[in-house]
Amino acid sequence: MKISEIAKLIDGEIKSGFDNLDHKFEFAFASDLMSDVLTVKQSNVLLITGLANIQAIRTAEMSDIHCIIVVRNKELNEEMIELAEECDITLIKCKYSMFKTVGILYDTVLKPLY
Amino acid sequence: MMEFNFKIESGDFTNAGSISSSVKRALKQLNVDGSVIKRTVVALYESEVNVVAHSHGGEVVVNIFDDCIKINITDSGPGIPDIEKAMTQGFSTASPEVREMGFGAGMGLPNIKNNTDDFDLKSEMGVGTVLKFVNYFKA
Ligand SMILES: Nc1ncnc2c1ncn2[C@@H]1O[C@H](COP(=O)(O)OP(=O)(O)OP(=O)(O)O)[C@@H](O)[C@H]1O
Ligand SMILES: [Mg+2]
Repeated sequence: MKISEIAKLIDGEIKSGFDNLDHKFEFAFASDLMSDVLTVKQSNVLLITGLANIQAIRTAEMSDIHCIIVVRNKELNEEMIELAEECDITLIKCKYSMFKTVGILYDTVLKPLY
Repeated sequence: MMEFNFKIESGDFTNAGSISSSVKRALKQLNVDGSVIKRTVVALYESEVNVVAHSHGGEVVVNIFDDCIKINITDSGPGIPDIEKAMTQGFSTASPEVREMGFGAGMGLPNIKNNTDDFDLKSEMGVGTVLKFVNYFKA
């Protein structure tokens, strides 16, 4: 599923990685625990998280995750946006709760990991 | 052969991951297999975060050879009292601040082991912890 379609469904605001909006994702994983994310071996995964800090971006960088949806309307600072841009990561800010965001995306073609 | 040296400051969560990021760039440039790069930088990143979160600070020495990468992470204490316990999935002494940063699940050390070909963790209380690992480039 394309990033642009995903962002639209969750009424998300795209903050970085505008070149990759046609990129298609197959899997989604939701977690606030970065060490949990770092165990993911699957590729083509997007991350849904409530964690809005630089470590969320670093974690995605090391895990080869190229899209992060940050829920609950958390502020995404300049430093996060810059690092995401550098790492070719599309950052999406979403007003919805984790529950609602995951609920909406679960109904699409995106698949869970486990 | 290439050697890189880096310092890690205790508590410096802003820079945690910058070493892994540099190593990722270097390995990419050397055309190392993507899955080996991922395993290596995931292990190194977890190690960086452990030094930032649990130690007084330390250093990382990275050696890249033709067929493998060797990484040594040394810190200046306090040390790990029970390595076996520390290696247990779910065991963590992380502070509330560390948990707020998204860490402290007790998954890091087991995951480092899973992502490395050779893994060696030694620690002496009051002296420090030394973690050494090796990943080979050929699958
Ligand atoms: N360099 C270190 N110095 C001192 N203690 C350490 C060090 N690395 C790990 N530990 C101890 O081992 C425990 C387990 O480490 P591990 O990386 O598995 O989990 P964690 O760091 O607590 O959480 P996570 O890695 O899942 O975010 C830590 O909570 C800490 O008590
Ligand atoms: Mg850890």
